[in-house]
Amino acid sequence: MAMHGMRGLAIFISDVRNCQNKELERLRVDKELGNIRNRFKKEKGLTPYAKKKYVWKMLYIYMLGYDVDFGHMEAVSLISAPKYPEKQVGYIVTSCLLNENHDFLRLAINTVRNDIIGRNETSQCLALTLVGNIGGREFAESLAPDVQKLILSSSCRPLVRKKAALCLLRLFRKSPDVVNVDGWADRMAQLLDERDLGVLTASMSLLVSLVSNNHEAYWTCLPKCVKILERLARNQDVPQEYTYYGIPSPWLQVKTMRALQYFPTIEDPNSRRTLFEVLQHILMGTDVVKNVNKNNASHAVLFEALALVMHLDAEKEMLSQCVALLGKFIAVREPNIRYLGLENMARMLIVTDVQEIIKRHQAQIITSLKDPDISICRRALDLLYGMCDVTNAKDIVEELLQYLSSADFTMLEELSLKAAILAEKFAPDLSWYVDVILQLIEKAGDFISDDIWFRVVQFVTNNDDLQTYAAAKAKEYLDKPAVHEKMVKVCAYILGEYSHLLARRPGCTPKEIFSIIHEKLPTVRTTTIPILLSAYAKILIHTQPPDQVLRNQIWAVFTKYESCIDAEIQQRAVEYFALSRKGAALMDILAEMPKFPERQSSLIKKAEDAEGGTAEQSAIKLRAQQQPSNALVVTNQHPANRAPPPVSVGQLSLVKAPSMDDTEDHSIERAPSQENVNISKVDPQAPSADLLSDLLGPLAIEGPPGAAVQYEHNATPGLDSGPDASAIVPVAEETNTIQPIVNIAERFRALCFKDSGILYEDPYIQIGIKAEWRAHHGRLALFLGNKNTSPLISVQALILPPAHLKMELSSVPDTIPPRAQVQFPLEVVNLQPSRDVAVLDFSYKFGTNKVNIKLHLPALLNKFLQPISVSTEEFFPQWRSLAGPPLKLQEVVRGLRPMALTEMENLLHSFGLMISQGLDPNPNNLVASTIFCSEKTHGMLCLVRIETDPADRTQLRMTLASGDPTLTFELKEFIKEQLVSITTVTPAPPAAPPTPQILSSDPAALLAGLLS
Amino acid sequence: MIHFVLLISRQGKVRLTKWYSPYSQKERTKVIRELSGLILTRGPKLCNFVEWRGLRVVYKRYASLYFCMCIDEDDNELEILEIIHHYVEVLDRYFGSVCELDLIYNFHKAYFILDELLLAGELQESGKKTVARLVSAQDSLVETAKEQASSISNIIAQATK
Repeated sequence: MAMHGMRGLAIFISDVRNCQNKELERLRVDKELGNIRNRFKKEKGLTPYAKKKYVWKMLYIYMLGYDVDFGHMEAVSLISAPKYPEKQVGYIVTSCLLNENHDFLRLAINTVRNDIIGRNETSQCLALTLVGNIGGREFAESLAPDVQKLILSSSCRPLVRKKAALCLLRLFRKSPDVVNVDGWADRMAQLLDERDLGVLTASMSLLVSLVSNNHEAYWTCLPKCVKILERLARNQDVPQEYTYYGIPSPWLQVKTMRALQYFPTIEDPNSRRTLFEVLQHILMGTDVVKNVNKNNASHAVLFEALALVMHLDAEKEMLSQCVALLGKFIAVREPNIRYLGLENMARMLIVTDVQEIIKRHQAQIITSLKDPDISICRRALDLLYGMCDVTNAKDIVEELLQYLSSADFTMLEELSLKAAILAEKFAPDLSWYVDVILQLIEKAGDFISDDIWFRVVQFVTNNDDLQTYAAAKAKEYLDKPAVHEKMVKVCAYILGEYSHLLARRPGCTPKEIFSIIHEKLPTVRTTTIPILLSAYAKILIHTQPPDQVLRNQIWAVFTKYESCIDAEIQQRAVEYFALSRKGAALMDILAEMPKFPERQSSLIKKAEDAEGGTAEQSAIKLRAQQQPSNALVVTNQHPANRAPPPVSVGQLSLVKAPSMDDTEDHSIERAPSQENVNISKVDPQAPSADLLSDLLGPLAIEGPPGAAVQYEHNATPGLDSGPDASAIVPVAEETNTIQPIVNIAERFRALCFKDSGILYEDPYIQIGIKAEWRAHHGRLALFLGNKNTSPLISVQALILPPAHLKMELSSVPDTIPPRAQVQFPLEVVNLQPSRDVAVLDFSYKFGTNKVNIKLHLPALLNKFLQPISVSTEEFFPQWRSLAGPPLKLQEVVRGLRPMALTEMENLLHSFGLMISQGLDPNPNNLVASTIFCSEKTHGMLCLVRIETDPADRTQLRMTLASGDPTLTFELKEFIKEQLVSITTVTPAPPAAPPTPQILSSDPAALLAGLLS
Repeated sequence: MIHFVLLISRQGKVRLTKWYSPYSQKERTKVIRELSGLILTRGPKLCNFVEWRGLRVVYKRYASLYFCMCIDEDDNELEILEIIHHYVEVLDRYFGSVCELDLIYNFHKAYFILDELLLAGELQESGKKTVARLVSAQDSLVETAKEQASSISNIIAQATK
């Protein structure tokens, strides 16, 4: 061994080592850096030896972790030194100090290239090493052809060729285009015939990279790989130099099997047979031996063989051999083997049919979860997570919960997230899910992301039968002395919403609930206080009859925070205080939160995103679909497809009530704390209120029953029904002793042209409706509000749909609790055009009074119309092609109330027709278009033309056209009915029959002729 | 592929770093700090793998020195573990029962040898004798150059006498 010393370097290293502390070391290093800097700067005639010495020192200093921001130039310049020792140092230090992104490297490209194409073998090696280690794109583009030549050159020795092969691998990674597939595939195959194992190993690495990118091009390499593997693993035909602890080059074996995993299958039966024999040999012939290196090497080969078997999806027998082996591995004491056993078992999960066998090892895997080695715990956790399904979820999640208390700090976040996801995905029942999450928060509150507790709130909100349980649990947890802040948040939220459900239980009076929550207030941070304030406000409103003492207590809290420096707290305090002082009038703002729209769990989504598009993911999804439990029960509020017409709503326009169709408002990504503050959206200037406010509004109002409706008047201007309107709408049955306090016909008419409002009201009940329409589907929500302090019983609702509508009503509860509102959805599908109206047969009992009402439901033909604008170029060809009955129908309507053209336009617009301005040159005519949606017709274009006579506004002529005769007829009749029905106060005098002359006298007679 | 190789002493002193993936100076310092904290604190008899930033670090302790190699998650860990051992054996053969001090004062040698063993983050040569032969060939080249240099300077010295 030749030790050629550099005295200066050795002295410097000793000096640094002798420094007593970091401070002194820094001083010594700074001094040396100053020295080197000066030398580089001043002495131009620095001897190569001196330069070499300083560059080494720089590398040493750099290695110690100090910034070396100069001298790169000197290092790079040494590369072009004529003598080997300097050149070598230049190359090595450059490749250590710089990375591929340094500009200095560009300076060296030419020198490096000259060394590569030069005849000096040692220089070639140095240059190839540098490029192979830190070469970037530019190197790839300028050097790849030279490097390729070297690999194949017969005059080059193996030491150059193997470096060239790996150098090309680097260049290929940086810029895949530099390897021309067509030309290179054959040469790659040739390279695999190489006898020198050094070159072969390097070439195999290159092949792995190439096939991973494009396996098709390299198919000729496949049989050669099998041959190589056979030669190594079975025939053990390698020079002594290349056996490692008696194993023929384990690295080459591993790489060869890795390359084979990039080919999708092995079609050639001979190769396939040979390969399976070899694999079988490896699987069976690997024994555990004493020597750790031999053991590692043989198991490196074995695990690669396992991976290859899994990839080839071999015969069942072989797979079960693999599972058996893995089962053995996860039980051994040797930690490396156990670690890899767990990891590979998790990979094995993607193979079908083995899951059941893997489940048998559950107990063993749980033992590994508790291993002191965090690496092994992680693998065990991953495997448990992957193998979890409905059958074992309870056991696994409970193990995870137990493990939380003893788990390594760095594991907690992942552990709690996985437990939460599994609990959600496979919960056998929802109360168990709530239990799990609350336990998680209790044990690992710091590591529970907000997503997790938002999700619980969402589940509880959407599942009525869960609310009482959750509230009781929340109280239980808050009763404990030291509670995590996240627990305070979630419990306060749940108690705020649902503690009134516990009211009859001991220790659960509103006052007691309040004091339990309020006890925690001094311990929480400002971000939590708003949630507590909301809870107080909700407790206050749910307390019936009002409790003066509690009210004063809560008001004191609000007053205290009125001047809080935190804007959010301040705003809530001020607003809640103001609201609660207003009495019941505005308190429905604090009613229970509406149900959340159904959506994918953000947790599961996160987990899936993290997993990427692997087969594993699909397996998880598949299992997620199979699981029968815990479907989210939600109301499915899709955002309305078309915006309901704006309605001005008297007093209530002050407040924006929680909007049901505004999904943004309820996104779980946002904290319920924020959703809770619908109250903070009070906007005194808001000109129009959300449509729902009139729905939710009156229920909580103490005032006289009639008050609720007054602002409904004039909701749709121009549609005031006349006295005869009741002819269309049969009202409540005569036998009822209880009389409605609203004009039902009027309500119905109003609802025909808007999507939410009150359908019916009497002294005991109010029925509201809210609808969303999308193409031929409709989703109605009926709101039944009990206005009294005693329950309504024997509640029954029956839908009598006409033939053309498919309606599904979810079950209606038998009882409506006092002062409560229940909501139930109604799905509507429009099968075909028809003007028939659906009827809701509704009955309830209040005391001894039985009330039975039949109400028309506003699911009319026009609800399935979608206005569409049609241009002149589109209109006329359509109009012409729909020539004559039954597709095109015309009728003259007489006896109408005279109305201005704009009024008529508004009316048509409210039906869902789009007026095409200027399409008809006659200003007295209207042309409109719309799309009608039903299951039978799908979306069908309807064209309408209305000709009015300026001389006699009591009559008009309608022409309708569509691709469906029924549709044309029904739509014509519908419009006619609507026009007639608004013929109110002044019955039209009998009018002269319209004659064609009226129209032909028109200046636009020509067009009219064309149009009709 | 191997992203980097680190040799760290039990006290956390860095004895060698080699980066095959582009890391900036800042990142390099951070990586070393993080991994020292992660690996040096691990007790004996644990497995030789550490999961870190979606990658795997395979490490092995020899006396007071930790040899670490960082690889991709789906690489073969045991194969890398034996590359580490292979490197140690070559060092051992070169220095004759290698110790940490050898590597401190001859860190450049450790680099030369590593460059014969690994290239582009892949194993280049698995024959111990081959590596030894190549490294000693380089050494003798350096020696020859030195002798030449000194003989030339002798000639010059004599000529200028």
